[in-house]
Amino acid sequence: MRFSRFGLLASFLLSIAVSSYGQTTIKGEVKDGKNNPVSGASISIKDSYDGATSDSAGKYSFKTTEKGQQVLVFSNIGFKTVEQTIKLEGGILTMNATLKQEISELTAVVLSAGTFEASDRKRAAAVLDPIDIVTTASANGDITGALKTLPGAQQVGESEGLFVRGGTASETKTFIDGTLVNNFFFSSVPNIAQFGRFSPFIFKGTVFSTGGYSALYGQALSSALILESIDLPEQSSANLGISVLGVSLGYQGLAKDKKSSYGFSYSFTDLSLAFAVIKQRQDYSKVPSYHNADANFRIKTSKTGMLKYYGYFSSNKLGFTTTSIDSLGYLDKFNLSNTNHYHNLAWKENLPKKWKINLGLSYTNNTDDINGAMQDEDNNDVLLSGLEGKTFGVDTKGNYFNAKAVIEKKMKGLSAVRFGTEYNYSKDNYTYTDYSGNKYPGGLKEHINSFFAEADVYATNDLAVKGGLRFEHSALLGKTNFAPRLSVAYKLGKGSQASLAYGIFYQNPERKYLPSPNELSFMRADHYIAQFQKSINQQTFRAEIFYKKYHNLLKTDLLGFTEAAVNNNGFGDAKGFEFFWRDKKTIKNFDYWISYSYLDTKRDFLNFPYAITPNFAAKHTASLVTKKFVQKLKMNFNASYNYSSGRPYYDIRRDGAGYKFNDQGTVPDYHNISFSINYLPKIGKKDAKSFAVYVLQVSNIFNIRQTYGYQYSYNGLRKQEIVPTSRMFVFLGAFISFGIDRTQEVIDNGL
Amino acid sequence: MKKFLLLVLSFSLLTAGFSQSEKYVKAMESKIAMLDSAKTADEYKDLANSFERIGEAEKTQWLPYYYASYCSVMAGMFSLPMDGGFGDNSAIVDPIADKADKLLKQALGLTSANTETYCVEKMIAGLRMMGNPMARYMTEGPKAETALANAKKANPENPRIYILEGQDKFYTPEQFGGSKDEAKVLFEKALSLFEVYKPDSSIAPNWGKATVNYFLSQMK
Repeated sequence: MRFSRFGLLASFLLSIAVSSYGQTTIKGEVKDGKNNPVSGASISIKDSYDGATSDSAGKYSFKTTEKGQQVLVFSNIGFKTVEQTIKLEGGILTMNATLKQEISELTAVVLSAGTFEASDRKRAAAVLDPIDIVTTASANGDITGALKTLPGAQQVGESEGLFVRGGTASETKTFIDGTLVNNFFFSSVPNIAQFGRFSPFIFKGTVFSTGGYSALYGQALSSALILESIDLPEQSSANLGISVLGVSLGYQGLAKDKKSSYGFSYSFTDLSLAFAVIKQRQDYSKVPSYHNADANFRIKTSKTGMLKYYGYFSSNKLGFTTTSIDSLGYLDKFNLSNTNHYHNLAWKENLPKKWKINLGLSYTNNTDDINGAMQDEDNNDVLLSGLEGKTFGVDTKGNYFNAKAVIEKKMKGLSAVRFGTEYNYSKDNYTYTDYSGNKYPGGLKEHINSFFAEADVYATNDLAVKGGLRFEHSALLGKTNFAPRLSVAYKLGKGSQASLAYGIFYQNPERKYLPSPNELSFMRADHYIAQFQKSINQQTFRAEIFYKKYHNLLKTDLLGFTEAAVNNNGFGDAKGFEFFWRDKKTIKNFDYWISYSYLDTKRDFLNFPYAITPNFAAKHTASLVTKKFVQKLKMNFNASYNYSSGRPYYDIRRDGAGYKFNDQGTVPDYHNISFSINYLPKIGKKDAKSFAVYVLQVSNIFNIRQTYGYQYSYNGLRKQEIVPTSRMFVFLGAFISFGIDRTQEVIDNGL
Repeated sequence: MKKFLLLVLSFSLLTAGFSQSEKYVKAMESKIAMLDSAKTADEYKDLANSFERIGEAEKTQWLPYYYASYCSVMAGMFSLPMDGGFGDNSAIVDPIADKADKLLKQALGLTSANTETYCVEKMIAGLRMMGNPMARYMTEGPKAETALANAKKANPENPRIYILEGQDKFYTPEQFGGSKDEAKVLFEKALSLFEVYKPDSSIAPNWGKATVNYFLSQMK
């Protein structure tokens, strides 16, 4: 008791003494790892109110009445918190601290070599917003149309697809939510590029890789187009679209608990009206008409889990004749009818301990009925001797199934390990019918099993390395391949970074040249890419150089009626450099980008007599895309200019033992100026119950003559230019979305 | 002596207990007094840090986190370039919005959602939208609206709801549905509500009167 009395008294006196004399001034400086001052940092004594905020020079100072051993905490947004133990005994205490940047997506260097990203998510790599895809004048509302304004892609107008860095369109593969898409474009029509099947509005993220892409993707020698579908909509809505090309309607329903949604849409496109106004080079017996329908559901399976389904069905037909160059006074007939359905199911979920799983399944069924013939002037089919081959029918049926599983483990910072497996199944059946009605059926089945693993290592915010391996086995070839991938990115300064990418890429021989009488193997491309990027204040500059080496390209020969693969003795290379500049800053509400590509490529493949620059490769390609939003008018004015230097053209013919040039040359330079206006009368009006977008789009506004190449008569004596179906094209449409207004719902729930 | 000591002890314990909460209230009051006069990102950042320190020390009070979140949003608003237009400022705004979000969540761990927390929730969504208006108004706009509707549902007499609505009307270009006249009506409504509004305590949210006066003076 005596002790406690004394103790109490002592502590009582002590506490008075301390509170009178125990004030300590703490001051110092806060710096980052590069010795720059950190302003706005919070400095505090743990569990007390005392503290300060560092000023613009990183300096701070404050007084405290706390005493004895304490913990001083330095913290700031974007930095790792530092704690220091201090002893407070009056007087002045100087405490400096160095804060390390937290490794975060916002500040970390981005593995961007060979990659263009259109997304709102990873800002440093995203040079495009998702909305850019639909507001690019020359894109015609098509995803690949917008990507063709980026460096690396060619302005090929006579056939669909992305021709990237000296590669063919078939060297680019498209993936939706991780899984391969087999018929991304509408079925090919001779000398007329087809559109992509999918609306750009169903995707929230687009990654366009022009090389050096991740080990998660394979079977593409040149390029990967990786699309990510949208999640739950913000609200229920109905849509109606009316244009010169047709009508569309759709509905998206969001559940009350906002945990699931479903939707469907239907569109009917018929080009009769457009073709009546705009004269087409072809004479249509069946004007292209398309019935497209899609349906989707999206379910939040847990706080972090999401199950998504997207289903698509299309039935379309077209038929036309063009003046034949084989025989004067006759016509060439081409008819195509296509049905396609596509189903994609994707599930993602975060598991405990930073594990994550992504599963994807897709199934495609595609049927094409094509027939061709020669016709006389009265549109009667005729058979001309020597030209019997022009009367034919091809029926193809494709069944494709793809599955992919990716498991990810997040490590410290942004580092992660990913591994998984992919399975691609394809079954193609076709029947070729010749002029006399003889049928030649054929078919091909393929199973490709792949395994992959990759690791992202972020040593600091300034250095990132991605290493990956991919292993593929093809049942059809009876062969396996092993492809390493590597990319490195290093931050050079504020907003600037350098990156490198290397990889080996394999692809199966294109199925249209199979089966082959001989044993074949994978085709191979090696990519080497170096990139510099500087991105500050809404301005982005990017420069890239690349070298691509092709091995084991397919060589073909005429076997019977068809050109079929005979060996893998083809080879080639492509080298070049590219620039990209985007500026949203200099002029208010005006946004533009410029891209330029230089390409030097030669290859010996298919029926080429020796290594030549292929007819799909232009040396110089450039685009200028501009967008101006005028607030007063609520209008978006978009214009774009695309240029490519003349591409080579060849007429290659079988002559005795081998293939020889019958003719060759260079087509004139290509210029295209497109213009579009979007009028959004209800933009920003919160209480608006509907949202409308009116679109006027004019491609090739100055009616410039464009030549894609030449086609030759059967005997090789006459040639004819391959040109667009019409010089100028005008599109006019209205798209209205009726938001199911939720104000009433909010009020109802409150009552 | 023993009794005296016990008396001293109990007194000192009592005052310690009192002084604890008195210290809290005093600290809060002094910082809250600075709210209406803060005009720069740095000032708001400093206040946000101060409130967060109080929150961390107290551990059971939601108001410090609430104010820290509010001040973070304001720091974010003042960090935007003066003439940012419709550009992409997400790199500036997002880390601050994330921090404000975290602080608001900490407040919501200590109290249930109420009209004031909904107002800050609305402000955070508004800040995110400002990070890239063209790309985000479709996603962040509805979030802000829902939060504001909830704030109104919880207490339609909260003047801050109408300040936020008024500011939206004030800054939105007319062709996008903005209106200075409608803004004025909203600010006047807020002002009349301030006349009758009784905060729960000296440290309960009561900010905004100076803002209203500022806007009304701009529209004379």
